[in-house]
Amino acid sequence: MDVTAAKYIGAGLAMTGLIGAGAGLGILFGNYLQAAIRNPSAAAGERVWLFLGMALAESMGIFGFVMGFIILFVKV
Amino acid sequence: MAAIEPMEQFLVHKVVDLPPIPIPGLGALDMSITNSVLFMLIAAGLISVFFLAASRRAVVPGRMQALAEMLYGMVDGALTGAIIGDRGRPFLPFVFTLFLLIATLNVLGLAPGGFTVTSQLAVTAALAVMTFSIVLAVGFARNGLGFFKLFWPSGVHWGMGVFLMIIEFISFSVRPLTLAMRLFGNMLGGHVVTYMFASFVIGLGLFGLHGAGIEKLGLVGSGVSFAMIVALLALEFVVAFLQAFVFAALTCVYLNEVVNLDHGH
Repeated sequence: MDVTAAKYIGAGLAMTGLIGAGAGLGILFGNYLQAAIRNPSAAAGERVWLFLGMALAESMGIFGFVMGFIILFVKV
Repeated sequence: MAAIEPMEQFLVHKVVDLPPIPIPGLGALDMSITNSVLFMLIAAGLISVFFLAASRRAVVPGRMQALAEMLYGMVDGALTGAIIGDRGRPFLPFVFTLFLLIATLNVLGLAPGGFTVTSQLAVTAALAVMTFSIVLAVGFARNGLGFFKLFWPSGVHWGMGVFLMIIEFISFSVRPLTLAMRLFGNMLGGHVVTYMFASFVIGLGLFGLHGAGIEKLGLVGSGVSFAMIVALLALEFVVAFLQAFVFAALTCVYLNEVVNLDHGH
């Protein structure tokens, strides 16, 4: 296989990491919203943890994204 | 048509050439002012000027002072106060500085012609390693060798504990890496995506202008891409502040573990 073609396929495969990030963010915000509607008075106090969880979930996807960019653009 | 180079905007190049300074044992150190250094200086200058203008200490605050007090109150209340507690007060200047510096650098990168300093892995890695070193130093200074209790999970069988300790140790050790990569990846990703949509505007627009028949649809695609850029830029401003907030919040969480090690907070 051509090296360039293999690079593009690899970068595309690395992007599958974003599936998990998307699912994780959906679960996170969905559950936060559900909890916030059930008990609105407690919602404000948990917002720091919401954003923290968002960052942690998102970072996994970002790692996949960075891997894709390393495959594409780093000259070996 | 010009080639689409999404990574070109992240190239560091020299703005002012300065002679290298020889350092014994390390070789010559290039002290030239690059665009990265320039934007860090601008950010430092902006923050200094902002606080000089804001620190009038009026009883009824003006606009600038109100903004500065709001930022300070947010970091004090939502970050060090809420996460670390009363013992977090000594770390407030550090966390506040990190938050302001990263937020300013991120927003400066969104300005037209701006260079995003936080899209350089070297910069984010330096910030992350500094944070990690401070956490280690505070941990050993406050707890001595009791610092290693951090890795021991309470209330489990010792066989399971050994296994969990290894996992805890690994997840503790990769913290500087994840801190650096999160900020770097978010900034890099946002700017590349915006660039790609900008290239669609020009590419599809030209295609639609010169084409005939159904190819005119390129103009519609160009307009949609332009709307996407506006939406993405709005999102990027949120991300710029959110990532600074997240960096500061994670710093607080890591500090909390070592500051309140002896009694759970």
